Amino acid sequence: MQRVEGEIKQKAHELLKSGVVSSVLAWKKGDLVYDAAPAFFKSPNALEDMVYNGFCCSNLSKYLIEKDSENEKVLVFLKPCDTYSLNQLLSNHRVIKDKIYAVGIGCDGKIDIEKLRAKGVKGILEIEEDGESLKIQTLYGDETCVRRDILLEKCLNCKGKDHMVYDELIGSELSEETALGDKFSQVDELEKMSSDDRFEFWRCELSKCIRCNACRNVCPSCTCRKCVFDNPHSGVNAKVNVTDFEENMFHIIRAFHVAGRCSDCGECTRVCPQGIPLQLLNRKFIKDINNFYGDFQAGETVESRSPLFDYNFEDIEPNVISKGRGIN
Amino acid sequence: MLKLPVSKMDELFSLINSERTLYMPLEKNSEICFDKWSSDASIRLDKLNTVKSPKDFFFPASENIAAFKTKGKEIIMDDIRSEIEPFALFGVRACDAESFNLLDLIFLNDKDFVDTFYESRRQNGIIITTACNEPEETCFCNVFNIDAANPGGDISTWIIDDTLYWNSLTKKGSGLTEKIKKMFEQADESEIADHQAKISGVINKLPFKDLSLDGFTGEALIEKFSSNQWEEICHTCLSCGTCTFICPTCHCYDIQDFDTGKEIHRIKCWDSCMYYDFTLMAHGNPRTSLLERFRQRYMHKLVYFPENNDGAYACVGCGRCVQKCPISMNIVKVAKALKYEGMK
Repeated sequence: MQRVEGEIKQKAHELLKSGVVSSVLAWKKGDLVYDAAPAFFKSPNALEDMVYNGFCCSNLSKYLIEKDSENEKVLVFLKPCDTYSLNQLLSNHRVIKDKIYAVGIGCDGKIDIEKLRAKGVKGILEIEEDGESLKIQTLYGDETCVRRDILLEKCLNCKGKDHMVYDELIGSELSEETALGDKFSQVDELEKMSSDDRFEFWRCELSKCIRCNACRNVCPSCTCRKCVFDNPHSGVNAKVNVTDFEENMFHIIRAFHVAGRCSDCGECTRVCPQGIPLQLLNRKFIKDINNFYGDFQAGETVESRSPLFDYNFEDIEPNVISKGRGIN
Repeated sequence: MLKLPVSKMDELFSLINSERTLYMPLEKNSEICFDKWSSDASIRLDKLNTVKSPKDFFFPASENIAAFKTKGKEIIMDDIRSEIEPFALFGVRACDAESFNLLDLIFLNDKDFVDTFYESRRQNGIIITTACNEPEETCFCNVFNIDAANPGGDISTWIIDDTLYWNSLTKKGSGLTEKIKKMFEQADESEIADHQAKISGVINKLPFKDLSLDGFTGEALIEKFSSNQWEEICHTCLSCGTCTFICPTCHCYDIQDFDTGKEIHRIKCWDSCMYYDFTLMAHGNPRTSLLERFRQRYMHKLVYFPENNDGAYACVGCGRCVQKCPISMNIVKVAKALKYEGMK
């Protein structure tokens, strides 16, 4: 992906210099090998710090929201899966296409540094991406690791190499699909549990929540200008849990609210400091929607209507679902 | 100094637990956090940082400080304060132990306004620290003169190969040691010297060891505050509360009243300057933008706090924010970006 990094820097330079865009949304080199941060670049000189590697995990689409209120055009670099989010935002009129210039870039999966730490690798100083393997230099000696083994959860459910929306492509031929098997397999496992066991599973997971709201704030489908959980007058605002079920409820409500709009980008799982598999909640909704209304992928096109926003006479009736004719 | 074979640690924990409730880093539901020890618990003393710091043992995320109800025109106040049971925290790292000293400055130092809830927990808690055998690349406690090889607290311990070394530092620590000392043998401080030197050797190789906070003083307040760097560094902040909630030194709190239907509970809870309703008052909010709230966090830690507390920064270099920020922004990046503002 080093070639892609060079080419996207060049593209950013060209469009900034010619004035086609007034800022560039990409990733900025950090202090450590893995801490690239999403950043806006406003001058060609600043591009020196731009980086694109296996640690540029963030889905940048969300930062495009409300850019329309500013008098500028933004160049944004999007990995294939990020373009589903952009389409979703376009179809919800939260981003105006004229205000952005989207360049689809190649991706061969992004690395989860927490998975590397969980393998017992400590004191990480350098990581060299060498094809399928990673050479890691640490404070305590050298290590190697198979790249596939430490990919982000979202990459194990890779939606493929194709960009759904773009003005041009860079390095897309270098993309690799990194999905492992059926994306609903974990949902299937949960469905096989007894309802008591399933309740227990989610109680354990969701009770780890510290209400930092990272999942909500990173989510490209959570685009309310003011979330009900931020409203001190709503009685459900985030700061205090009146009962020990409240943070559980927050996640359940959020999953309902993004149902039909969630493109399964997996940012919620990636950012959770407590490692809660939040993506699984959303994926259960995606699976049910597919079963009830036919396969649907949010963000595949701008024009398609989410089954939950649409109505036709063949739609399954809610009372039928409750009697068990929907899914098992 | 005392010592004990590591194989006898379970016995030691059981003995401490019979004296006072014992907490330490445990793995539960694939989360590593300080929790109640039991003989079958999955102990994770190998893990340097728990996700959340153990500050909530003294400053809980939320706590009911008063309850009241009305009877006609009368307001009846319930004293809901419960006794704090004596407890011990084992496996606290040098950085987290120092954070308690910083919290003391806030909650105990002003004798006219002592937080008695916090005070009671501090009095009843014994902090047993453990030296960091393998510091992480995200650690920078040395910047704040904290020594991971020589941690503070009431009792410090070192786990070196098959031996646990134990050294009481305070009266409280000696009190506990006295009750359990039959388990230990005498040891000499020279026995841990090589191990400490090894840790110091690693600290000398850490990427952030030379982070400089020179010039982060009240004198440079206006220049740092007015810096045009803030806009760039906060531009992609998600405004989530991860950094504030996992931080061992963040101590802002809010007081909120809840109507339970039967009575009113007055709750003291963690606040986050990253949240839109931080310091929201009846007249509105003094900080209406993300930039202002983001700036508050770092100015508080690096400028206001040292100005008000004899130069002590409100950071202990634990590196949690470096590890966990969803967008990889952290106090190290902020300190570097603002380094030259106001420098003479």
